[in-house]
Amino acid sequence: MIARVWRLGAGARLFFLTIIYSGESFRRFHLTLREIYFTGVMSLLIIIVSAFFVGMVLALQGYNTLQKYGSSEAIGVLVALSLVRELGPVVTALLFAGRAGTAITAEIGLMKTTEQLSAMEMMAVNPIARVVAPRFWAGVISMPILAALFSMVGVLGGYLVAVPLIGVDSGAFWSQMQANVDVRADIINGVIKSVVFAVACTMIALFEGFDAPPTAEGVSHATTRTVVISSLTVLGLDFVLTSFMMVV
Amino acid sequence: MERTKIDLWVGIFVALGVAALLGLAMKVGNLTSNNLGKTYSVSAAFENVGGLKPNAPVKSAGVVVGRVADIKFDSKTYEAIVNINIDQRYAFPTDTFANIYTAGLLGEQYVGLEAGGEDDSLKNGDKITQTQGAVVLEKMISKFLFNKASESESKSETVDAAPEN
Amino acid sequence: MTDNIVEIDNLSFGYKGRLLHKGINMAFPRGKVVAIMGGSGSGKTTLLRLIGGQIKPTQGEVRVDGMVVHEQDRDGIYQLRRKMGMLFQHGALFTDLSTFDNVAFPMRELTDLPESMIKDLVLMKLNAVGLRGAHALMPTELSGGMARRVALARAIALDPCIIMYDEPFAGLDPISMGVICDLIRSLNDALGATSIIVSHDVKETFLIADYVYFVADGVVAAEGTPHDLMQSPLPFVHQFVHGEKDGPVPFHYPAGNYQSELLKQRL
Repeated sequence: MIARVWRLGAGARLFFLTIIYSGESFRRFHLTLREIYFTGVMSLLIIIVSAFFVGMVLALQGYNTLQKYGSSEAIGVLVALSLVRELGPVVTALLFAGRAGTAITAEIGLMKTTEQLSAMEMMAVNPIARVVAPRFWAGVISMPILAALFSMVGVLGGYLVAVPLIGVDSGAFWSQMQANVDVRADIINGVIKSVVFAVACTMIALFEGFDAPPTAEGVSHATTRTVVISSLTVLGLDFVLTSFMMVV
Repeated sequence: MERTKIDLWVGIFVALGVAALLGLAMKVGNLTSNNLGKTYSVSAAFENVGGLKPNAPVKSAGVVVGRVADIKFDSKTYEAIVNINIDQRYAFPTDTFANIYTAGLLGEQYVGLEAGGEDDSLKNGDKITQTQGAVVLEKMISKFLFNKASESESKSETVDAAPEN
Repeated sequence: MTDNIVEIDNLSFGYKGRLLHKGINMAFPRGKVVAIMGGSGSGKTTLLRLIGGQIKPTQGEVRVDGMVVHEQDRDGIYQLRRKMGMLFQHGALFTDLSTFDNVAFPMRELTDLPESMIKDLVLMKLNAVGLRGAHALMPTELSGGMARRVALARAIALDPCIIMYDEPFAGLDPISMGVICDLIRSLNDALGATSIIVSHDVKETFLIADYVYFVADGVVAAEGTPHDLMQSPLPFVHQFVHGEKDGPVPFHYPAGNYQSELLKQRL
């Protein structure tokens, strides 16, 4: 138990150091750019395909229930709100933790195992500024973009199922949606959530990699821990943020 | 990994993200439909607003002509005071009816305006006097049951009376 | 200005109540190749990290060029490290960069030299280790010996005054071992630097070292020139230098009575 609290403290320390040494991530932006490519662009495929399927399933399941109450035209609202408020940020975060998070943890863990981080230190290069901070900012930039893409593609997937497939009226689909999805309450809240999740997931991935025991076994355990802890943190934060946003 | 290739892909990535966000804001959200341009404010008192919410549409002949700004409670008359913003393009006579309707069977509630016959038009700050509150489901049901009960009573009375004749 | 570029003064270091080093004294004169030898786990690599300022001593001092290492602030330590080059056990090349970029790394990070100059310097360093033709290869495409040589080129990229080697001969074939051995000595003399080698490879190290420190049980058990140590009467040194199976470092791990263990039904 004490060990967990200690690790939380160490994680917080790494977070603050990352923020403090972030100057270089922006002065030499190509470092961050490279990481955005590896965390963001490489996650595009899984995010878009998942979003499509999630949107389609939402439309199918939603229609099934809504048409019992004669409200099948509310399907646009159902799909859009579910995605924009919850599924977009949360599922994106979970997928991101699984794909990009584990990649980050494994990469940094391996760099530690092969003494690359020590080598950097001995060459008077701060590994936190050079390795950790660019990846952090790349994650914070990439994930909200991925979440927005998730929501948009999900809505399109829902549209494709609802209108051509099931036969809901196209105009009703969009107009009901537009009437009920508020930019401030829903979309911006979704963006806020995805930014918070991005900070959490990326930081957890970075810390687990940085702190991993420098053995093959240690790195593999660290990647597993990244996925588990990120997922639980995202779901917990989601609850906290949602209740916050309902009050405010 | 050459820098130019990375730059290109990251640029595409960010552009996609911005496009998605804009798409969400405009097509999915109510960014475009919320702009009504200039409006004037009118108030109306209702016995019961039911489930009417701020930002609900104000329609006339089925067309959205304004939005509900806010809903307040008047502790002197025990009525709900609803402030609505009507688009300046549309003028309504002073004897306009304001009713609260429900869209669809279980849908959202909105304010419906029916134009009266007066020559003068409502101006900013005016009050709509002819209002009808929302239909409350429970009252409707109890009214229905009450009617049904009195109907069967009068029927049994005539039935009882008949054999005596 | 002392004659010694690095001095270790009554150093003690330990983790969790167990002392790894108990009062070590060492001196590394300028321009010499000095070796630190000892069995596995005797804390040799830790000494290099103490010199480089990666860890702080529990007691005592490490002085580099007259300055006490653990008393420096962050900038001070980075200034000290710019004078040092370190070759890690398996090279520790940055796997996401090419050979060229690896050697160029310290120059790009720590200096403002223009790219054209960096290109010339990198090719020079790679030429010194014989790998100029491999500059476009990625670290994963290099053999162990080649990777070690590239790492050496990187370590000398900024012409340091102190070059540290952590087990430079470990896991190499005889040819590569010979190459590294030769390079350590020739580069040291060419640069006028001081080399500190941590190793347990007696044959190669004794060929090039000017002075050797033997570390055992947390103290300097013996020291001297390779010639002296080959003829040392100390049993530990004798066992180590001649690779004897049994001696002060016992063959048998402590165990119970052999006969009674065999006779028991279960352990």
